[in-house]
Parts: sequence; C-alpha cells; structure tokens
Amino acid sequence: MSTAHADDLHRSAATSRAPSEHADPPPAPSRRSRWVPRGSQLAAWAFLLPVVVYLGAFYAYPLYRNVDLSLRHYTVRSFVQGGAPFSGWDNFRQVIDNPTFSTALRNTMVFTLVSILFQYVLGLALAVFFHRGFRLAPTLRALFLIPWLLPLIVSASTWSWMFNSESGVVNYGLHLVGVGKVDWLTSPHWALTSVIIANIWIGIPFNLVILYSGLQNIPAELYEAASLDGATGWQQFRRITFPLLRPVSAITVLLGLIYTLKVFDLIWIMTRGGPGDSSTTLSTWSYRYGFGSLLPDFGPGAAVGNILILIALAFGLFYIRLQRSQPA
Amino acid sequence: MRISRSAVSAVVACCALVGASACSGSGSGGGSSSGSGTYTFWDPYPQFDSSAAWAKLVASCGTQAGVTLKRTALDTTDLNNKALLAGQQGSLPDLMMVDNPFVSTLVQAGVLTKTSDLGLDTSALQKNIVGAGTTDGAAYGIPIGANTLALYYNKTILTQAGIDPASVKDWASLTAALKKAKAAGKKGITFGAIGTEEGSFQFLPWFWGAGGDLNKLDSPQGVAALTLWKDWVSQGLAPNDVLSNTQTTSWQEFATGQYAFGENGTWQLANAEKAGFDYGIITIPGQNGGSAPVPTGGEFVTVPVQKDTSRYAVDKKIMECLTSNTNFLSTDTTLSYIAPVSAVQDQQVQQNPALKPWVSAIAAARGRTSGGLGTKYPVISEQMWTAVQGALSGGKSPQSAMEAAQKGVASHQS
Repeated sequence: MSTAHADDLHRSAATSRAPSEHADPPPAPSRRSRWVPRGSQLAAWAFLLPVVVYLGAFYAYPLYRNVDLSLRHYTVRSFVQGGAPFSGWDNFRQVIDNPTFSTALRNTMVFTLVSILFQYVLGLALAVFFHRGFRLAPTLRALFLIPWLLPLIVSASTWSWMFNSESGVVNYGLHLVGVGKVDWLTSPHWALTSVIIANIWIGIPFNLVILYSGLQNIPAELYEAASLDGATGWQQFRRITFPLLRPVSAITVLLGLIYTLKVFDLIWIMTRGGPGDSSTTLSTWSYRYGFGSLLPDFGPGAAVGNILILIALAFGLFYIRLQRSQPA
Repeated sequence: MRISRSAVSAVVACCALVGASACSGSGSGGGSSSGSGTYTFWDPYPQFDSSAAWAKLVASCGTQAGVTLKRTALDTTDLNNKALLAGQQGSLPDLMMVDNPFVSTLVQAGVLTKTSDLGLDTSALQKNIVGAGTTDGAAYGIPIGANTLALYYNKTILTQAGIDPASVKDWASLTAALKKAKAAGKKGITFGAIGTEEGSFQFLPWFWGAGGDLNKLDSPQGVAALTLWKDWVSQGLAPNDVLSNTQTTSWQEFATGQYAFGENGTWQLANAEKAGFDYGIITIPGQNGGSAPVPTGGEFVTVPVQKDTSRYAVDKKIMECLTSNTNFLSTDTTLSYIAPVSAVQDQQVQQNPALKPWVSAIAAARGRTSGGLGTKYPVISEQMWTAVQGALSGGKSPQSAMEAAQKGVASHQS
C-alpha cells in the first residue's frame, strides 16, 4: 500500500517534469545549480560533518593511535615526554615470540567457538520452545533476558562467587550429589571452562531474542501443510525451521563471534586470565601489558590489540559478504 | 531562510562536538592556569567524600596556604593511569598522592619534582618508609604514612586447638600451628595470591623472610618461600582459592571465623573490631625466627612538574601542612596507617595500644622499589606473581616456576 503510493508520487513527479525538459534542454547539472540554492548544499555538508567528525574523533583517530603505539618503542618516559622511536614490527615480533601468545590465541579460539556453539544451540532450543506459545510464556521469556540486562560486573562477580572452591554454591551442589571439590577458578584445567560457562549463560538471551524473531517470520501455513503430510516435530524442525532460519542464524552466529572475540571484563573479573595464563585471551593479555602492572608496556599491548582487531575484521568482512549474498 | 537556519544549527552542533572533544584533552586537570587562586589535588581515597575529616584537612591546608584546593579522588589504578595520561597532555594537578611503588614509575616518566627542589627536608622521616619514593638518592615526595602486613589470628580457634600464639616464632612453628588448627576441624591460614601486584605484596614477607633477593628470584631462599606456600595449599592448610584472593576477599574468608590465621594489612583494623570474634596480631615470622621484613604500603604526597614554577611555593606550603606532625596524627588515624615519624608513632600507640605490633612491623618494613630497584620492581613483581600462580595451581614446581620468572625478568631487561 505505502509503496504503491510512493510509486504514484514518483510517476506524477516524472510527468510534471517531462514537458519542461522537452521545451528547454540545457545540461542537467547547470540547471540543478540554478535551482538549488547554495545554502542548501552547505546544509548538506553541514549535515554530513557531524558524522565525519564523530567517525574521525572516535574511530579513525583512536585506531591510528593504536597502530602508532604498536609500531613504536614506548617507555613510560617517552609516553609522557614524547619522542618514542619508530621500531617497525619489533612489538609484534616480541608478542608473537612470547610463549603466552600461542596460549592466548588458542584460549581465544576455544573461548569464542565453544561459547558460540552452546549459545546458539541453547538459544535456538529456547526460541523454538517459546515459539509454541503457552501460558506465561512471555513472562518466562522476559526472565530469560535477565542475563542480558545485568551489568557484566554483577554477573561476573556472582559467577565467581558461585564457582568459589571453598564456599561456592556449585561445589556445594556437587558435594550433595557426592562429587568432590572442583577448583573451578583456581585450577589451570578448569579456569577456562568456568569462564566459558559464564559467558554462555550471558550470551543465550541475545541468541534467543534474534532467533525467536526469526521464527516469527516463518509462515505458519508451512507447518500446517507439513503436519497434514504427516511430518513429525523433528522433521518439521529439520525441513522447515532450520533451513528457513538459516539467514538469521548466520547473522546471529557472526555477530556473536565478533562480540565474543573481544570479551574482556568477564574473564578479568573472574580469573584475571589465571591461574598462570590458563584463561588468558588476547583481550586480557593486551590489557595486562597496558595496565596490569605498575610499569605499563603500551607498545606490545597495542600490538596484541591490533592482532585482535585484525581477527575481528576478518570475521566482519565475512559478515558483510554474507549479508550481501543474501536476498533481503 | 529555513535552510540557512538549519545549516547554522548543524554547524553549531558540530563545533560544539569538536570543541568538547578538544577540551576534554586538557580541561580536566587544570592546574596550569597560572595566577589563579585555585590549586588542584588528586588522591586515591574515593571512600572519603567532602564531609570526611581527610577532605576537610585537604581544604584547610589550601586555605592556610591562601588558595582554594580542589580535591579529586580516584581509585588507585585509575589515578596511576590518569597520571601518565595527564603527564602526556600537560594537565597534571598541583599536588598528587601516589601509591608508593608507582612513584618510581612516575619519576622515570619525568613528571615529579624532587622534594629537595621544593626546599623540603625528609631527613626527619623514617628511612625505610621514605625509601620507596627515593630514586638515585633523591626523594620525590613525602609519605603520608605507611601500612603493612602482619598475621591476624582468631583467639577462639587458637584456644580450641591449643595453640599459643607466642609459640609461633618461625615457619616451622607456624606450620605446626596450622596443622593443629586443621586437626581441630578448622582451617589454617588465608592470604591473597592473586595474579596482580597484591599477590606480590602478600608474598614478599615470606620471600624476604627467607632472605630472598628480588634481583635473583630463583635463589634457594626465593624457592623456599614459594615451597612454603605451595605446601600449605597442597596439604590443605591454606585453601586453594588463595589463588584468586585479593586482600579483601582473603579478609572476608578470615572474617567467617573459620580460619586460625589471616595475612592482612593495617587497614583491616576497623573491620577486625567488627568481626564478631576476638582477634590478635603477630608479626610475620622469618624462616628461621625473628620478624620477616614486610613491604610498605601507603601513599606519597608528590608535586608534579609544572610549567609555571611560581606555583611551587604554594605547593610547598600545602605539602608542609599535610605532613606536619599534628596532621600526620589525625590523617594516619583516619587512614589506619602508621606515621613515618617516631614521635607521632608513640602518640599513636598511646591512643591505641593495639597499634604496637604494627609499629614494630613498620620498623622492619622495606619499600618494594627501594634498594635501587626503582622501575625494575614492576617487572620483577609481575614475574614473581606469575611464578606464585604457576606453582600454587599445581602446574609447576616452585624451582621451575622461579627459574622461569628469573628468565622472564632477564629477557625483559635485555
């Protein structure tokens, strides 16, 4: 309806313009500049300017500074007084040669992939569950959104209390069913698992909300037809829900990837990347270089940050390609 | 007309945006506007609002010097980071309270004035406390007081388990006491071994108590200290979660009343009164007896470098006021610190006899960056807490953890 209306407008505008164009055919640009006052062009630029200034001040400049930091040899003295010598790829070399690099890279990958997998599967299961609609479903769905609404420092602190080896509720529960004490946050074997569990819990609502709205767009007739043909619930999910949800799923997973790659606060609050490097990811490592000790080492810290940006950028470009290849 | 007005408003809006981002760089610190009667002051005591005694003291010291002293309180880490950024942008405050191990970092950054250049004398102050703010023989600030670590004990548990606190004289007798507490169904000791500067701070009394030298982390003495901690954890005399304990969470554990001993600081005294059980304090024993050297905590009053050197005269007056003996007494009582002057320490003990063990602990204390370490300390400390984490979590033996730490220090310095 509204598009038809818009089409009418276009057509009428075109017809009303047509006669004058026939009568007097000067080159279009000069005609435009005669008709459009200079002030409005200025206004157009003025409207553009805030975005340009915003992007410049809050994206381009910090990014430039970060690249610059990572290519110079900074000491606290040269950070404050200026004059840090250009050191090329030295910081990157130092970072990559560091034994922590491979650990952090592996932890980042494990953290991201396992988190995404479980967030997506659980989010999808819950979305399908709520899609059926039942009494109190909206209330229950709202409750599932709580992890999303809580400030991260609150959820992370709560998880670290629950995972406390001595007095945590998780170990108490395990004790009740006869399982011995697990050092969730302080054993190198469990620390990464613990932060992943907490992160999955935090990421479920995001997946739930997006996938649930994706489900709303699948026509109900398809399910009706399928059930008339005798399809079981699982067949309906496999043949209808999952394929039709694919575009939404792809976007959910890719956005999740980018969000999860850069998770910092949760890990820092729960384990500080420890014990040792056992739960250190690229983001916590970068922070540790820059602010973790009394003597900041900004160069390598920025280098780690830039490596992380490159990884996220690769996924980001992949996301854009995927979005373009999909019909709207 | 309408168009031009919207154009104008858009331009105004962007100018405001540009202006705001330009101003945010240099406006916050103030301090550099010469001739004005307002001086700026930063401290890491956000727990004190403008109605607190500390804030009133700061304001009155400004008034006595004939200026308005504008105080900004920040969290310690925040203040450290902000000080470096402000140094870069030339917007440092007139006076700044700096956490003592960070003084040498700021000295290296070239943002602090020598105390002697201000015409102030630090000779009356306790040497070991001033040490943390001394680089190449020159002091770069005056300590407002010092805090340190000792062992709090739970009197009820010690009585139940038949432990005489006076019998705890060295590591062997302490470990024996912990075993008795465990045998009595209680928990031994809690401390904070988190992978941050706090973890190193807590480890140092044991490291130094064994005779360890920070220049050589993997010496037998250093390994002995780490072995002590590792054995406590592996024998269940200390909980495994010390690995993630800050000093605050460690205190919360001790305050449950389940632990015989807790390694913690002067600043917990007020909380100890509220713990709901009788407590006592002993100094941390050295490996073979005596009091172990403990690290000093606490802040220094410093004067950041200013372009306008005429401000130093007022800065000096404010500094003298904050560090006068009368004000030491009231400030250190508020902060639960020990004064850096023996005359004031005596007054403190007179007021509160419970401070006596703390005064003797401070007498045996050392600055972390003292002894010429300066900015080498942060590098050593990071390697040291990494070694503690590696050994206590079971991943490494104390020997190999300390060897790796020493290697880490060497590779950083090369």
